[in-house]
Amino acid sequence: MIRVALKGLAGRKFRAALTALAIVLGVAMVSGTFVLTDTIDKAFDSIFVESYANTDAAISGKAPDISFEGDTAETPAVSATLLERVRELDGVEAATGTVIDETATKILKPNGKAINTNGAPSFGFGLDPAQSQFNPLKLVDGTWPSAADEVVIDAGTADEQKYGVGDTVRIGTLKPVRPFRVTGIAQYGSVSSLGSATFAVFTIPTAQELLEREGQFDAISVAAADGVTPEQLVSTIEPILPSTAQVRTGLEQAEDDASEISEFTSFIRYFLLAFGGVALFVGAFVIFNTMSITVAQRTRELATLRTIGASRGQIRRAVLLEALVIGVVASVIGFALGIGLAYGLDWLFGVLNLDLPTTDMIIATRTVVVAFLIGIVITVLAAFVPSMRATRIPPILAVREGAELPKGRFSRFSPYVAGALIVISLLLLARSMFTDELDIGDRLLTMALGVLLLFIGVAMISPKLVRPLAAVVGVPGEKLAGVSGFLARRNTLRNPGRTASTAAALMIGLALVTFVSVLANGMKESNRGAIEDQISADFVVTSQDGYTPFVAGAGEAASGVAGVELATSVRSELGKVAGTDKYVTGIEPDKIRSVYNFDWAEGSDDTLATLGSDGAILDKGFAEDEKLAVGDRFELLSGSGRAANLTVKGLYKPPPFYPLLGSVSISKERFDTLYDRPRNQFTFINVPGDPDAAREKPLAAALASFPDAKVLTRESWIQKQDKEFNQFLIMLYVLLALSVIISIFGMINTLALAVFERTRELGMLRAVGMTRWQARVMIGSESVITALIGAALGLPLGMFLAAMVTRALEQYEVRYAVPLAPLLIFALIAVLVGLVAAIMPARRAARLNVLQALQYE
Amino acid sequence: MKSEPAGNGAGPVVTAHEISRRYGEGDTAVDALAGLSLDIEPGKLTAVMGPSGSGKSTLMHILAALDSPTSGYVTIAGTRLGQLSDKDVTKIRRQHIGFIFQFFNLLPMLTAEENIVLPLSLAGEKPDNAFLGDLIKRVGLADRLTHRPSELSGGQQQRVAIARALVSRPTVVFADEPTGNLDSKTGGEILELLQESVENYGQSMVMVTHEARAAAAAARILFLADGRIVKDLGGAGEEEILNTIHEVTLA
Ligand SMILES: Nc1ncnc2c1ncn2[C@@H]1O[C@H](COP(=O)(O)OP(=O)(O)OP(=O)(O)O)[C@@H](O)[C@H]1O
Ligand SMILES: [Mg+2]
Repeated sequence: MIRVALKGLAGRKFRAALTALAIVLGVAMVSGTFVLTDTIDKAFDSIFVESYANTDAAISGKAPDISFEGDTAETPAVSATLLERVRELDGVEAATGTVIDETATKILKPNGKAINTNGAPSFGFGLDPAQSQFNPLKLVDGTWPSAADEVVIDAGTADEQKYGVGDTVRIGTLKPVRPFRVTGIAQYGSVSSLGSATFAVFTIPTAQELLEREGQFDAISVAAADGVTPEQLVSTIEPILPSTAQVRTGLEQAEDDASEISEFTSFIRYFLLAFGGVALFVGAFVIFNTMSITVAQRTRELATLRTIGASRGQIRRAVLLEALVIGVVASVIGFALGIGLAYGLDWLFGVLNLDLPTTDMIIATRTVVVAFLIGIVITVLAAFVPSMRATRIPPILAVREGAELPKGRFSRFSPYVAGALIVISLLLLARSMFTDELDIGDRLLTMALGVLLLFIGVAMISPKLVRPLAAVVGVPGEKLAGVSGFLARRNTLRNPGRTASTAAALMIGLALVTFVSVLANGMKESNRGAIEDQISADFVVTSQDGYTPFVAGAGEAASGVAGVELATSVRSELGKVAGTDKYVTGIEPDKIRSVYNFDWAEGSDDTLATLGSDGAILDKGFAEDEKLAVGDRFELLSGSGRAANLTVKGLYKPPPFYPLLGSVSISKERFDTLYDRPRNQFTFINVPGDPDAAREKPLAAALASFPDAKVLTRESWIQKQDKEFNQFLIMLYVLLALSVIISIFGMINTLALAVFERTRELGMLRAVGMTRWQARVMIGSESVITALIGAALGLPLGMFLAAMVTRALEQYEVRYAVPLAPLLIFALIAVLVGLVAAIMPARRAARLNVLQALQYE
Repeated sequence: MKSEPAGNGAGPVVTAHEISRRYGEGDTAVDALAGLSLDIEPGKLTAVMGPSGSGKSTLMHILAALDSPTSGYVTIAGTRLGQLSDKDVTKIRRQHIGFIFQFFNLLPMLTAEENIVLPLSLAGEKPDNAFLGDLIKRVGLADRLTHRPSELSGGQQQRVAIARALVSRPTVVFADEPTGNLDSKTGGEILELLQESVENYGQSMVMVTHEARAAAAAARILFLADGRIVKDLGGAGEEEILNTIHEVTLA
């Protein structure tokens, strides 16, 4: 029996390969994800481990523990005098002070533009090269800087921008751009690529000046004398620290740094795995479908086996064994492909300017095990129903002409099962979206399960929809392809179940891209609406990436430009407001009203004038959450560790989708006393007349020495955000394309099997006058009709899911706007998918030898 | 629309010149046809008989442009087959050839009527309604037109196949054991139908059969053995046919 199964498989190598491909891509995606994220993890780990390799104790400023939406308040610096006192302590072997700034240092490209790190750090360091044991950086070329105009830059930047030792690079910091001579190129220990992050190393005094830390260090690293444990060292240091500083062992510090990052990589991991999951799910559909068809086509053969004494169990095992072999082969190939895909994904992130640090590829045992497990389990599971069907073939079918697989015992219940599944899926979706009982992880899982069941439910009910849908989507084909189109449509109706499940595989991919596209369109519209509602300024100055705050000096430079009617900066940093971590903005009360339209709930534009030094205006929603009303007092703790007692002066309602000001806004003057090195989120500028190029030019020129800042008109600001959002969308599309490709394999399979099954019929058609071209068109149309059925199911399903999520995001006032162009494109893609899938089977159909086909049994 | 079957003039509708057909190579090679020449007269029923393996089907396939001879050539309605492209061969099939198979070979997803007009649909032609109505009435399918093949009996399916072969009024219709898959009563009815269509429409037809009764209705009977025509009778009674078969088989 085993031999029969394997022989059968060997005889259908090509089909088996196509079937395996359906699961190969899913396995590749999953293993590629693991390889990539493990590699990133490893890179970060080495960065941190190497950073603290010889550090027994690390002293830093004590940050108030403030973080919001993934942003953490910057740690305050410690006084440089502390270093000398630490060095004098017993048990201290050596100590060094370091300046570390994560955002302000911008290396310019040769063309004068700043390198955009897209949210990744752009480090500026000041280190003491004499204390090399603490230095995590390794020179790959040159020497450490020793003068104020010297710098060492990271290898990645040097590589990309073709900077070498001896070259001059221009670097912007908190101070305007200055030229520096490159004395060396360095990398972080063994990590060759930091991804999009960059660093520049200055001498300590230079770093202190450029990054506004005169007489300060961000960190002091201490090594213990022989026989002193890190813990002992920490307790020796603790007593001499001011209240604004803290000390931890090197290990603690490294773990703390790493935990933040591993949260980030595990997000990437789950994000990519989700797409792997979709690919596997679609692959399971394809396998289920292909196995069902092959079982049906082998009815005669299997029935014959029964007549010569094969038991039901043997038949089932033969089918499952076939699946097992396919699963194993698919896992091997998928795993190998996954390693390649890891490079591909890394490249994809790179294209989107989201490079991540990497070292040599890490292939963990876990990756191998998971890849094989899912590849095999999913294939065998998908083959389970077909294998059960095979056992129901009675021996009598061996002798009957045109034997057909008997209907399953339970098949008449399938519409009810489908209905029940859809109801359950909707309940799950509703629960995940409209109730507050679940935390985010469970919520996403429930949602995923709901969507999964919804797809299965729709797929199960879709055989009933094939006829009406084919009647609609088949019309253009019949108009274009005449009799071939007509025959094609009839062919899709021959076995509605088969057509439906082939289409369903494509439906999944199309539903998901539609979902993403519709939701994204709604978000873009909401974003535009939010900005247009709030801002009436002609120009806005932001940082290059648009969201990291930028050097305050840039705003001042732009304000001084001749012809500017009004310029006002908005400061922004994190703060603890009445115990909650939020963004705090500093505004200029006399000017903000000219550029920002407050939708007052309590108060008016005149309230701004009453702000004074202890007044604040609050986002109404936030005030309600905190039970704060006009006249109430509350405490604000700044990220720099200073507290202020404030009075609520007014409440306004910003658009919840994109409030441009923080939950709390205070006067800029007061803000600057609460924060060290306060930064701008925006500088808004009004000019007389239209905001045209002539007005923009002098502004851009004024910002030339602040490479991190850029000026945009309000419209181009919105468009820039749309563009960035589109890039993210493209990444989603690329990842979802995988599942569409898998469904193509399914369609090729179904068609190839159909052509094979209808060999004699095709011979007859050719004998009564069908041309080769007509045969091709017939198969092509059948494929396109099937694909369009997938689109007809998938597009509305995606729109429905998007509507549901939009509804769930009601509190953010996300709009529901169906974008016509992308949906039309998706329908066109479906046509294309159909045509591509038909290429090979159509060729086979056209090339059939008429006579042999006619005599085919 | 052709009002009369083409080639209904003077000359033969189909000719074969010294055709041979060899299957396989070397020691195992089989000559299914061994240098056979033949003219098929217009408007008549020609029967082909002979023992199993004598080359009857092979001959049909080659005459009907479904297969090509190893040597020799065939002309249909004056056109020499052979070097023609697939497209041109298809054109010839549409215009000049009808084929009736032993297994009816209908398209299961089409109705009886759709199956019948299929050759016209493929050629992009509209059926001549008067002719089609008459044809359907003659094959006795008037009340079965919307049925699918699976809802028709074997005899009814073969009637559909016959109508399909006749609908484009081809120069010649080939039928390879059209009753081979039917019981004798149904088979008899089908034979009558074929005969009638030769008489009523002047349809040239070549039919392979094993039944003397069927061959007796033909205007000409060819006997094949080992890929050659060994006897060519211009019509004969059942008895004479049976004797000839006996003779041919023993030879
Ligand atoms: N595709 C083929 N490959 C090899 N040999 C073939 C092929 N088709 C036919 N033959 C051989 O050619 C010879 C003639 O076959 P053909 O089918 O023409 O016989 P037939 O007269 O139609 O017989 P029957 O009355 O049994 O249908 C036979 O010996 C057969 O074995
Ligand atoms: Mg034969």
